Amino acid sequence: MATMKRTIRESSGDRLFMIVVYTILTLVLIAVIYPLIYIVSSSISSPQAVTSGKVWLWPVDISFQGFKTLLATPQIITGYGNSLFYTAVGTFISVALTVMIAYPLSRKTFFGRNALMMLITFTMIFSGGLIPTYMVVKELHMIDTRWALLIPNAIWVWQVIIARSFFLSSIPEELIEASEMDGCSDLRFIWSVVLPLSKPILAVLVLMYAVGQWNAYFDALIYLKSADLFPLQLVLRSIIIQNNSSGLMDAMKMVERQQLAELLKYALIVVATLPVLIIYPFVQRYFVQGMLVGSVKG
Amino acid sequence: MQGCERTLGGIALNAEIVAEKPVQGTRPSRRRSGTAIRSFKKHWQLYLLVLPPVLFFLIFKYYPMLNAVLAFKDYNVIKGIWGSPWVGMRNFRLFFENPIFWDLIKNTIFLSGYLLLAGFPIPLLLALMLNEVRSGKFKRLVQMVTFAPYFISTVVMVSMIMLFLAPRLGFVNVLLNNMGLDSINFLGEPGMFRSIYVWSDIWQTAGYTAVIYLAALSGIDPTLYEAAKVDGASRAQKIFHVDLPGILPTIVIVLILNVGNVMAIGFEKVYLLQNPLNLVNSEIISTYVYSIGLLNANYSFATAVGLFNSVINLILLVLVNSLAKRFSNNSLW
Repeated sequence: MATMKRTIRESSGDRLFMIVVYTILTLVLIAVIYPLIYIVSSSISSPQAVTSGKVWLWPVDISFQGFKTLLATPQIITGYGNSLFYTAVGTFISVALTVMIAYPLSRKTFFGRNALMMLITFTMIFSGGLIPTYMVVKELHMIDTRWALLIPNAIWVWQVIIARSFFLSSIPEELIEASEMDGCSDLRFIWSVVLPLSKPILAVLVLMYAVGQWNAYFDALIYLKSADLFPLQLVLRSIIIQNNSSGLMDAMKMVERQQLAELLKYALIVVATLPVLIIYPFVQRYFVQGMLVGSVKG
Repeated sequence: MQGCERTLGGIALNAEIVAEKPVQGTRPSRRRSGTAIRSFKKHWQLYLLVLPPVLFFLIFKYYPMLNAVLAFKDYNVIKGIWGSPWVGMRNFRLFFENPIFWDLIKNTIFLSGYLLLAGFPIPLLLALMLNEVRSGKFKRLVQMVTFAPYFISTVVMVSMIMLFLAPRLGFVNVLLNNMGLDSINFLGEPGMFRSIYVWSDIWQTAGYTAVIYLAALSGIDPTLYEAAKVDGASRAQKIFHVDLPGILPTIVIVLILNVGNVMAIGFEKVYLLQNPLNLVNSEIISTYVYSIGLLNANYSFATAVGLFNSVINLILLVLVNSLAKRFSNNSLW
């Protein structure tokens, strides 16, 4: 009924306006999705098709040679394993530390919460800089160890703010009072009341930290030297951006090697991005939720 | 209920203080320290809990700020940070007098200024257009697809740029060749660097930023739209007179954050896109700090450059924030 009314009332100017809006949005949609499809299609085409520019939208001469070669490359497997490790352990550490500070900051009877909050947010707008931070990590003997990727950037201030405002708005004061009346300790209260009530925010924290860890390369670039500790992103950088494919294929003819090297780049991109893009449609709403919680000022 | 609890607590703690020691000092301070003691006693578990995160901030965020005195010293590995001799402002003077100083400032400001000018309006337009779409399916599809590139890592993003723009095999150049044009070595052209950086960034983040505006748009009072409809407003008029004023606070906040971060433009992507050919335009302050400090091990000088950048950034953020406060009553703090 309502929609019918609207279509009748819609003026010709408005109709033209909507046509323009739909056209632009469709163009935006194509511009965003085309590069993604192109990458995936190239990764499952034959090496010859990729290097001769035959792939435009859909795969040509479907072959999985690229992926097979990747699976047979120790460098890639190590990188993948390392990235999985950093993501799993790093996310656990980050989420734990974030909750440990965000929850007390949300309690009104926690003395010093404002000072502590200021102490934390100040680090968002000012920092000692790259070199001084590097010196600290060096003093702690973390250079070239796995710890360097897990600890120095474990807490993101933004995540603390998001978690804190969630706790502030979703843990009712009455619940705290009732539990205090029953003689429930703070830790017990967190464990058996706060955490079960905070699954949505925990999901947001886990996802954001996990994606951040999986995609990070900067800390690995400055803190790591041994190739066997490198996360996948660094391996990717050396193969695609620095064009170091020498370790990948040894006994092959020059031409074949070049063609395969091109194909491998596409396959690598797919392999490195797939874990994130596969879970993305299922978790998108958590991300949006997280952003909205964070955008509430206070 | 809350007030009641506070009053009761206040009375109890006053009694406690009086019993412990004779009254001295002013009333408010007595009350304050009493609150602290009571809070420590009651919440000792919470204080225990915040200890590791607080240590994290002290060690990895505040201790480096102390280490930044390196900027005023001549670092010597054997003597360490505190044992090295003071040199006053020498490192800063060296930086300001270096011909590269103005190049770095120019490159940093031009790159982030371009990003700001092009990257600020596009997500806003995207959100306003999406908000007009009545078909839920199409709206969800566009939102989901445009949000997706946000999850692509910087390394993969730059890899894609390099593959697409490769001089011989990249599809952009193949397309140019097919149209009878010559290939362009995009990444080797210093003049192309900023456009490549900015437009790939917009491709990656416009959908993400649009979500913030869409959320603000959904919070606009629906009666305003009805009133506009009754007054015979067209869709375009509704956007200008209802949508935009309605989300102005959000726009201002996003703008403050963007302008305040002009000098803090990210190292990660610029560094990966750099090559000797485009360095004229692509060397910015943060990449310079990295190459001078960590690659050439000139710690003191690099710290000075980094500190200069941090301070400028802080001043900028405070300035923009106070301007926003004065003119629109919206601010970060």
